[in-house]
Order: sequence, then C-alpha cells, then structure tokens
Amino acid sequence: MAAIAPDNHGLRLVARYAVLILIAVIFIFPLIFMLMSSLKPDQQLLTDTESLRAFLPVGNISLDNYLAAFRRAPVGLFVFNSVLVTGLTVLLSLVVCSLAAFAFVFIDWRGRELVLTLILATLIVPFETIAIPLLLISANLPWIGLEGVTRGWLNSYQVQIVPFIADGLTIFLFVQYFKDLPGELIEAARVEGASWGQIYRKVVMPLAGPVLATAAILKFLTMYNQYLWPLMVVQQEQYRPVMVGLQYFFQLNRAWGEIMAYLSLITVPVLAFYLFLQRAFIASIASTGVKG
Amino acid sequence: MASKFIRSNRIGWLMAGPAALLMAIFVVLPFVFAIGLSFTNQRLISPNPTQFVGLANYEQLLGVGVLTLEPERDNAGAVIRDKSGALTYPALRSFTRNNADYPQYDGMREWFSFDMGESRVFLLGRDIVFLKAIVNTVIFVLVVAPVQGGLALGLALLINQRLRGINLFRAIYFMPVVVSIVVVSLLWRFIYDGNSGLLNNLLGAITFGAFPRIDWLGNPGTALGSIIAMSIWQAVGFHMVIWLSGLQTISPTLYEAAAIEGASPWQTFRYVTWPGLRNTAVLVLIVITMQAFSLFSQIDVMTGGGPLDSTQTIVFQAVERGYGKQDISGGSTISVVLFVIVLTISFIQRWLTREKK
Amino acid sequence: MSKLTTMAGMLLGTTLLSTAAMAQTELSLWYHGAGNEVEAKIINQIVSDFNASQSDWMVTLESFPQAAYNDSVVAGALAGNLPDILDVDGPVMPNWAWSGYLQPLSIDESKIADFLPGTKGMWNGELYSVGLWDAAVAMVTRQSILDELGLRTPTVDEPWTGEEFMAALDAAADSGKYEYAFDPGMAWTGEWYPYAFSPFLQSFGGDIIDRTTYTTAEGVLNGEAAIEFGTWWQGLFADGYAPLAQDPADRDSGFANGKYAFSWNGNWAALGSLSAFDDAVFLPAPDFGNGPKIGAASWQFGVSSKSEHPEGASAFIEFALQDKYLTAFSDGIGLIPPTPASAAASINYTAGGPMEVFYELSAKQALVRPVTPGYVVAAKVFEKALADIANGADVGETLDAAVDEIDADIEKNSNYGF
Repeated sequence: MAAIAPDNHGLRLVARYAVLILIAVIFIFPLIFMLMSSLKPDQQLLTDTESLRAFLPVGNISLDNYLAAFRRAPVGLFVFNSVLVTGLTVLLSLVVCSLAAFAFVFIDWRGRELVLTLILATLIVPFETIAIPLLLISANLPWIGLEGVTRGWLNSYQVQIVPFIADGLTIFLFVQYFKDLPGELIEAARVEGASWGQIYRKVVMPLAGPVLATAAILKFLTMYNQYLWPLMVVQQEQYRPVMVGLQYFFQLNRAWGEIMAYLSLITVPVLAFYLFLQRAFIASIASTGVKG
Repeated sequence: MASKFIRSNRIGWLMAGPAALLMAIFVVLPFVFAIGLSFTNQRLISPNPTQFVGLANYEQLLGVGVLTLEPERDNAGAVIRDKSGALTYPALRSFTRNNADYPQYDGMREWFSFDMGESRVFLLGRDIVFLKAIVNTVIFVLVVAPVQGGLALGLALLINQRLRGINLFRAIYFMPVVVSIVVVSLLWRFIYDGNSGLLNNLLGAITFGAFPRIDWLGNPGTALGSIIAMSIWQAVGFHMVIWLSGLQTISPTLYEAAAIEGASPWQTFRYVTWPGLRNTAVLVLIVITMQAFSLFSQIDVMTGGGPLDSTQTIVFQAVERGYGKQDISGGSTISVVLFVIVLTISFIQRWLTREKK
Repeated sequence: MSKLTTMAGMLLGTTLLSTAAMAQTELSLWYHGAGNEVEAKIINQIVSDFNASQSDWMVTLESFPQAAYNDSVVAGALAGNLPDILDVDGPVMPNWAWSGYLQPLSIDESKIADFLPGTKGMWNGELYSVGLWDAAVAMVTRQSILDELGLRTPTVDEPWTGEEFMAALDAAADSGKYEYAFDPGMAWTGEWYPYAFSPFLQSFGGDIIDRTTYTTAEGVLNGEAAIEFGTWWQGLFADGYAPLAQDPADRDSGFANGKYAFSWNGNWAALGSLSAFDDAVFLPAPDFGNGPKIGAASWQFGVSSKSEHPEGASAFIEFALQDKYLTAFSDGIGLIPPTPASAAASINYTAGGPMEVFYELSAKQALVRPVTPGYVVAAKVFEKALADIANGADVGETLDAAVDEIDADIEKNSNYGF
C-alpha cells in the first residue's frame, strides 16, 4: 500500500489527530444539526438554531417527530420504492456499463471510436434538458408485463429504472480505470486462448473492486436523490420515491421537526450502503494492493 | 487474422450493445428532440400549432448590441455637467423602447457600460438575465474546479496515512456526499440565515462580536460565494475518494526509492506522486467541470436565482424558462447553448491535458 | 312458483346485480392534499359519502403534495394521463382551459348562485371550475398592539389610508419592541408574491395586466401608479420596516413569537395566530388610493377534457358543494366558506366568530388575479420584479423589463386567444 509512513510519536501524532478532527467537525456539523433537530419539538428547534444548543440533544427531546412523520406520509413505502429502484438500477448499471467499457478498451471493433465519443458527449447534457422529450417517449413505449403488452411506462418501476441503466459517467469511470490495468494480463489470457467473455469475468472484473465501488456509490446517490423525473412520471402514490415524498412535508401545516426527522430517516439507507461498500471494497485496497 | 477481427467486431458490438442502445433511446434521442424544439416556438402546453422559427430563439437569447452615447451638450456645443460634476447622457430608455431610428436595439437592456473619453459605451443585450447566468456559471466553474479539486487532493493526502481510525475519518469526510443536495441546501439555509444563522453566530462568537451579521444569501455580493462554499463542502469528499484510489495505485517501490535518495516531502510529491496521478487528475477535472456547469438544485432551493440575479445559472434558467414559464423551446435553446459551451471547454481541456510526447 | 320461474327469477336477479356492479364506473380524482392530514380526511369523507350515496359512479382518490401538484398535472397532460376530476388553482385555470385540459362543468348553476364570486372559475363565458372555499389575506395584529401604539382600528368600511398605514408602521418601529414593524412574508416565494402583493399594486391604481384588453401590461405595470407602488415597496425594505431575507421558519412563527407587529397573512395561517394570541385581530387592507384590495380564488374542482364521463365527474363536484362539506373544510383549515349558510354553521366565520371579518372582506374587497392563460408567465415575471425591486433595483427599469417580458410572451402565444 502506498501510504506515507507516519511519524507516530508524541506531539506530531497529537497534531495530526487534531487536524483530522477539526476537519471532521466541519464536515459533519450540519448532519449533527439535522439529527439533533429531529429530536426536538418545533418551537425549541427554531430557538436553538441561534446558539450552540443546535448541536446538543438538550431540552425536550423525544421521538415524537419521527412518529408524526410516519403519520403524515408513508415513509416506509417511499424508502422501499427508492431502495428497490436504486438497487436494481445500480446492479444493472454496473453490469451493462462495465461490459461496454470492457469492449471499448480491450476490443477493436468497427465504430468503437464514434460510439465512445457519442457516449462521452452525453456527459454534458443535464437531465432537465431531456426530461420532457423523455417523458413523451416513455409515455409511448410498449412494455410486456402481467397484463400482456401495454403501452406507456408511466406509474411503474421500470420507467424509473431503465432510462438510467446506461449513463456516460459510469462508462467513463470504467473506461478510465480499465485503461490503467496492465495490458500484459489481457495479452497473456488471449495467448492462452481465453474468450473475451472469460477474460471479462475472470481477469478484469476481479480487479475492478475500487471502480465498482466508486461507480456503485455514485449511481446510488444519483438515483436515490432523484426528484424531477419521478415527479413527472409517477402519479400514483404507490410508486413514489423518497424525494417526492419530501414535498408532503411542505404543505400548509409545515413542521420543521418532522422534516428533520424525515430527512434523517431517508439518509439512513444511503449511509448504510456507503459504509457497506467502504468495508467491502475500498478498505480492501489497503491490504491487497492492486497494482504491484 | 481476418476471422479474429470479425469475431471481435461481433463481440465488441455484443458487449457494448446494451449500453449503446439504452443511451440511444433514452439520452441521444431526447436530446436530438430537444435540439429540434429549439428551432420552433413550441410551448409546454398550448392549443396553438407549433411553428418553425429558425434561429429566432437563439437571437432572442444571445443578441447583443453596442451603443455609444455622446454626453448632453448645450446649444454652444459645450458639455453639460450636473451638480456633482458628472457628465449626463440621454436616457438609454429613449433608444431601446419605441424608437423607430434604432430598431435593432428595441427591447434590449443594459448589461454594463464604461466610459471612453467623454462618451459612454453601452453593452446591450436582449436577455440580460441569461447573460448574467452565463457569467455566474463560468465564475462558479472557474472557482470550484481548482479549489474543490485541490482541496480534495489535500484531503486525500491527509487521509492516506497509516493512522489508527483513519477509516472513520474517511467515512466522515465522505458523509456530505451521501446526503442529497436538496437536503444539504435546506440545512445550510439555517446556517446562512442573516438574523440568527449558525454561521453568523459562530463568527460573532469567535471575534467577540466584532464581526457584523451578514445576510449571506440575501446580499448580491455574498450570495454566489456562499453557494460556492456549500457546494464544495458537499462534493469534495467524493473527489477525495477518487484521488485516494489514484494515490493507492502508485507503486510503493517508487516511494522507497525516493526516500533512499533523501527526497523532501515536496520533491516526493512533485516527482513521484503527481506524475502517477495524471489519469486521476484528468478524471477529477472533467467530472468537477461537468457537475459545476449543471449547477441547479442549490439555486432552486436556496435563492431562486436572486438576489438581483447574482446566483442565476444556465441550467436554472433553462428549467425556469422551460417549465416555469412554459416556454419549452426557449428552455431547449438554452440547453443547446450550454452543450456547445461545455463541448468547447472539454475540447480545450483535452487539448491542454493531452499526452505530450 | 314453478322451478323454472324461480330459476329465471334468480338468473334475472343476478344479471341485474352484476349489471349494477358493472355499471359502477370508476372516476379518478386528483387532489393536492397529500401530507395534510386534515384536508385528506375531509376529502376522503366526501369521496366515500359520494360513493355510498349512489351506485353509478365510484370515485378513487390520488393525493399529491401541493408543492408538486401543478407540475404533476402538466406532466400528466403531456403524457395523456389525466384523471376525470382534478383540482386546479384558481388563477391557473384559464391556462389549463385554454390549453385544452379542462372542459366546462355541467352542474346545476342554481346551486352555486350564492357562492362567493372568487370561487367560480369562469373562462370565455363558461364555468370551468368551482371551489369549496375561498382564501383571503388580511393584516394580522393584536388588539393590544393597536391600543399600545394608539392606533385607530380600521374597519371594512373605513380602512386605513396609505398614510395611516405608514404611520402605524412608524409607531411600531419607534416603539423598539419589534424586530420589524411589518412582515409581508418574503420567505414564501412562489405564487404568494403575486397573490398577496398585487392587491397593493392594484390599490395604488396599477395592475399586472391591462384587464380591458388582456393583451398588454404597458401602462398598468409600468405607469405612474405602478412606479409609485414600486417606490413604496422598495421603501418598506430600504427603510427597515420589513425583513427582506426571511427564513421560512421565521415566517411561520415570527408573528407568534412577537418579532413583528403586523403580519400580512392569509386566513389559512390565521388559525395559528388565533391559537397564539386570544386578542388577534384581522384588519382590512390599506387603501392606497384606488380602494383597498385583497386577493381571491383558491383551489377549485374541474373536469378534464379527456374524461369519458363528464356527467359523473360533474355529479361528484355537485355533491361536494353541499354546505356541510364547505363548513368542514372551513373548520379544518381555516378557509372562507363560500356560502352564507355554510359560514353561519362554521366555527370561525359565524356571526361573532373570530374570522367573521374575512367573509365580509372577501365579499367587498376581493379582486381575482387577471383571468388569462398568460397569468402563469405574468405571475413569475411579476414575482421576480417584486424581488428585484425589494433588493434595490431601479424601479422604472425593472417594471419596464417586466412589461416587455409579459408583452413578448402574450405575443408569442397569439394573444392567448383574446
């Protein structure tokens, strides 16, 4: 592992930790504020923001806001929808995009340069731009489901998943990573007569831990935090994801405590996913050392 | 060899096929559609039939003009000065509204002006708000790209130590990334509040009341800066992780060699670390730039483009035009302009970071 | 009876039953009340009562959060997926009717004869929507504040003049007890700005669009009266009477916490003030020269043009117009019941009730927002102009730019059919 060998003695050690802790405070204080606020009744919440009490679990703390949040909106349903849509999209995306990146980097085929350039060009297109045309397209695509062939994808899970399986950024991440892999490994496998599929499965992907984790977390975040698209294509409550659900809390009877509770609740799955990935993939780089 | 090439062709298309097909249907096709819309007067909802209008939308968006005005002179030809001694000029309104002699300026507004000798040169634009949006977005990108990239690298170097519990710190530094930008914007509204915000309270406490209470988001001078600071805070953890994985691909033998030769930390960084990070640097720079140009959510939640257009951005204008004001053709026009701008910049970036033989 | 007859009888019976069951056609209803328990309960009650009261129609309800409702409907319309009955915000209705989303109602018009005018959505001479309540705005303060500052209590017939209003603000500011004298509610960006502040403009003599032709805003939005309004508006913030940058929490609770002496607020928030102070009073708008004005028209029900069962949809809407439901909504969310009967039966608007004055205010001073499909754009333009002027931009230039934008939009849409 290419880590800088530290000077582990006395004052320098304390200094290092002090810096780390100071920076950590900067990164975490708004989240602490959110969490602490979710435990306080509205009136106290608002007056506490004026002092350091905003970060302390003092006063009349309870889980009332959480109970109220569940009463106001089907939080469990929203979290389930988001996790389902996001999870499926991430899984499919990792497979589809890594396959494509593999083909771009290691195989020579007609049209490769053109298709890759086109795909990378789409990185520039912000989603809001294509939302309306995409809506019109999605309303007219056929789907084969339990009722046979139906027209239009609105109010479903597939409309929230399929358009996002392949995206330029994920492919770009994989391409850059694969480019850095040592070519000799591939050559050696070709010489031994392995098929491309076998090389993909047995040579390249096992080495792809770090980029899989990076791509997965980025995709998860993008999908989980989507608002505009689900708003446009889902008109039935049963398919709504968490960010649309957030609007339930901005009605006439807005209660900031409930909002903080809801925000805390919906942040949990993402945090859990990240910590899981960190443990499974990122931390493992330290011990295995990817490239020699 | 011929048969191997053909087989590679098929396998290549087979593996890249699903991705290419999905992107063609769900990204390329809608974008082509959007480009087409920009040449029409399509509204979001309207009973009127759509008409092709050519470049009219682009003219309306990007039209600029220059007008030089002479100072007011009295009958003898000498300049008239007002009470404070400044030169006076005829009202701009008289040229830009209902003036048949200057039809090309009709409807334009002043973007900015400067004095040249005794005359004043006015730069006019048809869509001032959009021009301001471009300027703000470019400022945002120019500041955020190096600052966020640089900070992320610094953090990555800091985290790349073998200290006990370093993983915990890495997790904490990454946490803001995990939270939705909408949620972050809501929380930071409380922090930036001009009256009782946490930031003002903190600064007041540290300086024992010497620091004045600033309305961070309501003041045209500080609004954009506040958004920049918050955006960097939210995203830097992600790029830290990217730099980190790049750092960890640098062979430790190189570091050992440098240590043996007695290199200083700066020399080690410059000759061992930095060259090994080339590809990562390109990746980070491109991703930050792309994300910076798409600045939208923070503005939507926190400032709505104000105050006085100091936080207008290109994507925000596109959304407001297209959805808010139901002018979907205008929104598409802005998107196409954005596409062209970013494409140009990425070509420049690629050229600048190309492998020098 | 012979076996055959019994069998025939049973067969006939079951056929009739199944036909009756099949004849219960489903009607879909979209409502903007998701997340608001009180509204949700009442609308659910109406739906189940209607379903139980007859066997032809069965209404199913889909709830949306209010903030996202309009966008959802537009997206639904684009995708060809609108419900039978939908909720529409008053000022937006002409836009949706002109775009072809709505069809005129076929309800018995005598049933709404005594409804407040703001609750009836007319476009092109036809009734497209009708509301179960109206909303109004008033100056909220406390009787004790008025007494302390020695101010005359304005009445609907004798409201404050513009000068009296500013004198009241001066008194509040001089007393030193309030962070700000007046809270117009700058934190509520969106439709609140045109709804709440265009009445001030109208009271000065200006307007958002020229209502004689509806094809231009020139002269009304940038004429002398409008510039006077703009200067007054700018002064409110420049001279420190009102908070410019306000965080939403302050808007929700600032008046109740004693930060503001006067708060310009809608009657949906009035219940909160009433529970905070037992001497809360609701004063009429000041008269800046052209008569005091307040906004009107809130959410209304309409039938979508694609609906295959407009009779059923209209039947549901007619059913919902019963006095008991009007009273229920009023009691629940504090809004104005549209008929004298329902008002008399309500808690807040009955004679002597704490919000009774709103009913009169709405009847006498309400002026609906301009009835034109172009309102959607004009509202956004006006909102931005208000914000810019409040932030110190040049009044004349800002209003000119707003007029240009509104006029350009009207022209681009072939005058919206006028």
